[in-house]
This record gives sequence, C-alpha cells and structure tokens, in this order.
Amino acid sequence: MNTSSSLDASPRDRVTGTQFTRGLGILVLAGMVLLIVLGLFVSPADVNQGESVRIMYAHVPGAWLAYLAFIVTAISSAAYLWNRTRSLTWDRIAGASAEVGVLFMGISLITGSLWGRITWGTYWTWDARLTTTAFLFVTYIGYLAVRGLGGTHQQRARRSAVLALLAVLEIPLVHFSVELWNTLHQEASVAGRGTDVEMDGLMLFTLFLGVVVFTLMYAWLVLHRQRSLALDDMLDDSGLDTALTARRAEAEGMSR
Amino acid sequence: MSNSPKGSLPKNSSIVISAARLIAAKDLRVELRSRVLLNQVLPFALIVMVMFAFALDSDAVLERVAPGLVWLATLFSVLVMVSRSFTVETADGALDQLRSAGVPATGIFIGKMLALMVQLMVLVALLVGAAVVLYRASFSWEGGVLLVTTAIAATCGLAAVGTLYGGLATGAKGRETLLPLLLLPVVAPVLIGATRATESAFGTNGIAISEGWPWLGLLAVFAVLFSVAGAVAFGPLLDD
Repeated sequence: MNTSSSLDASPRDRVTGTQFTRGLGILVLAGMVLLIVLGLFVSPADVNQGESVRIMYAHVPGAWLAYLAFIVTAISSAAYLWNRTRSLTWDRIAGASAEVGVLFMGISLITGSLWGRITWGTYWTWDARLTTTAFLFVTYIGYLAVRGLGGTHQQRARRSAVLALLAVLEIPLVHFSVELWNTLHQEASVAGRGTDVEMDGLMLFTLFLGVVVFTLMYAWLVLHRQRSLALDDMLDDSGLDTALTARRAEAEGMSR
Repeated sequence: MSNSPKGSLPKNSSIVISAARLIAAKDLRVELRSRVLLNQVLPFALIVMVMFAFALDSDAVLERVAPGLVWLATLFSVLVMVSRSFTVETADGALDQLRSAGVPATGIFIGKMLALMVQLMVLVALLVGAAVVLYRASFSWEGGVLLVTTAIAATCGLAAVGTLYGGLATGAKGRETLLPLLLLPVVAPVLIGATRATESAFGTNGIAISEGWPWLGLLAVFAVLFSVAGAVAFGPLLDD
C-alpha cells in the first residue's frame, strides 16, 4: 500500500487507487463491454434454452466468483490466525473478499432462479448445490454482521477469522446432508442436466471471457475495498488523537 | 504418566476435566435455582408446538410432520437457551474473571456444553411427549431406543455449536439478534438428520426403524466435528 508516501496527510485525503488498479480497472471495463457485446448480441441463442442462455454469461462467472471469494476469505482468515503471518491486512482482505462474495452470490442466486424459471419452469429446486449456495450466502451475511459487532480491530479480526474457518466446516456438512436428504426423498434433480450439453465455440468463449473478466473485477474490487477498510481502521485509531489535537488548538486560539 | 517428558500435558488435561465438571455443575445449579428452563423455556417450546397445530390445522398433516416440528421447536428453544447460558457469564464479567483466574478455555467450553446438553435432553423429552399427546405420535420399544440415541447425538451437536457460537459474540452489543442468523444455518444438518431418524422411530409414513439408524451417522459426525472445533477454537475466541 502506498501509505508511506503520504503519512502526514489525514486519512480523509487519501485515495485507494494506484497506477496498477487504474490499469486493472480500465482492463475490466473494456472486458465488460466486450462481454456484453458478445453475450447479448454476437453469440447465438441456444437450441433448447433459446435466448435465456444469455443469463449464463453473468450467472456462471458470478457463482464462480462467489465461491472464489469465500475460499480467499477462508485462506486469509487462516493466515491471520497463524501466528507467523498475523497481520490485520489479512483480516481486511478476508472482509473485503467476503463483501464482494456476498454481492456476487446474491447476483448469481437471482440470475439463477430467473434462468430456472424460464428453463425448468421453477424458481427453485432443493438440489444440494443450490441449497448449499443459499446457506453459504446466509452464512457470510452473518459473517459480515459479526465483523460489524465492534470492539478492537484485533477482536474483530479474531472473531471473524474463527467464524470463516467454521464456515469451511459447516458448508461441506450442509451439502452432504442435503444430498443425503435429496437422494432419499426426491427423484434425480434437474441441476445436473445443463452441464453436459455440448456448447457452441463462441458460447464457450463468451462464458470463458465472463469468468476472466469477473475474476479481474473481483481483484479490482477487493484491492480497493481492502484499502478503504485500512483507511477506516486508521480513521478509527486516529479519531481520538485528532479530536484531542483539535480541542487543544481551539484552547490555544482562545487564550491568545 | 508423571515421568513422561511433557509432564505438564496430563496435568493440564486433568485441569480441563475438573474445570469442565465444575462449570457444568455451576451452570446446572444456576438453572436449578433460577428455574429459567422450567418456567420460561419449556412453556415457550410447548406453546410453539400448540401454534404449529393452529398453523397446520389437520390431524393427518400434524401426524406426518410431527418429527420435524419436535426438532424445529428444539432449535427455536436452543436459541433462547444459548442466549441465557451466556447472559449468566457476561453479567458482572464472570467469564473474564474465569479466564483471568486461569481456567482453561477448553474446560469452560466443555462444561457449558455439557450443561446445555443436559437441559436440551430435558427439553427434547418434553417435546416428544408433547408430540405424543398433541400430534398422536407413537413409538415402540425399539423406536424408543432409536429416539434416545438420536436425542443424545443431536443434543450433543446442538450444545457444541450453540456454546461455540454463543461464545463468539459474548459481550458485544446486538448479539441477541445475531445468534439466530449465525446458528440456524449451521445446525441444518442436525435438523435433517434428527428429523429423519425420529420419523423412523415414530414410524411416520410407514418408514421402518432400520432406516433411521444411518442418520445417526450424520448426527454423530456433526457432534464430533463441532465438539472438537469448539474445544480448539473457544480459547482464541475468548482471548483479548
């Protein structure tokens, strides 16, 4: 982080952009435009799904991104808890990644159920993958709430890191138990059907492009968010000092 | 054991066990004297069972869903009980004092978990009774054995997760509203496993008792995983 160059500036004047993130941002914008053009206009409609297949270009990358985000959160949380790499930077990366993950999981749940309504005729099925995704969504909403509980930065970091690691334990268990429940109580689910369809070359490319662009966007968002969280923490730390200095200056001004 | 190179380890584990025993006894004594479970939580669980009957209306439906309702009412009550279990600790900074007195966090976790488990067993027994009376559930001797085993495994898992997540936010503002959001998604496997096992114990929809036993595997895995996770993670959670 380029904070050392501007240590004397107040946190309010600092920006989260650097040369690198600006370049990355421009790349993401260009890629997004290309993705929209390819996904909405150039790529063909699907033989079976028709135009609704275009939802996939946002849904699949969104879901991929959400899972990636939660893996990053878990790994950074473990890095925070491990004594040798204990640093609040890891905690902020975990938090930033979870925020972005929740956003994209929301998007992929909404786009997924819209697609399901058009293609399967239902918004929701009790498929293990779907149900687990919903649980992951709720779990990380809870995780973000725990981050906002207050206390010292270290308290926040420790609590949320433990919670993120517990989620790693929880999610496979939920998936496994929903799968057990399904196999005994329902016919084969519909979710598997879409995956083994042979895809047109351009469609596959568009999907691939979507994953790449979304991943770059994720990196861009997390970098910025992580820096703004660092500024938040600095503002918290400096808040009292700043207030004291300001009051002292006022007192001096009055005595003169 | 005393001549082992790491002489402190067996000594430490005996401290953990005696701390756990003392804390469990303390929690149960607090309960016996305050009667919060008896006077507040059990009546709450019962009224939930009655309300289910209003919502679902027909006897046939109630009989079919009775096992699920027993465990749903248990989950609702767990939220109240975990909250209560940690209110006792945060009042007057009791938990901080335990920690500064050098009581091992693992001991605190196991003790509180055991006390919660005992109270949950009482609750589940009452709810099964309510299902028999209100929802016309019935079970054989064989089903009773399955039911008791299920209750032990399920309450063990619920107590472990409840203590762990209850300890997560001790002392922070707004934890009462946060606990349900954190706890309910995690205990979904217990709800699924315990409900299916109870269905076979009750013979709901003609499900055989033998079909219930595999679900105990799920409950046991859950209980073991979260007991271990709690014993390990409780210390880092409490340390400041």
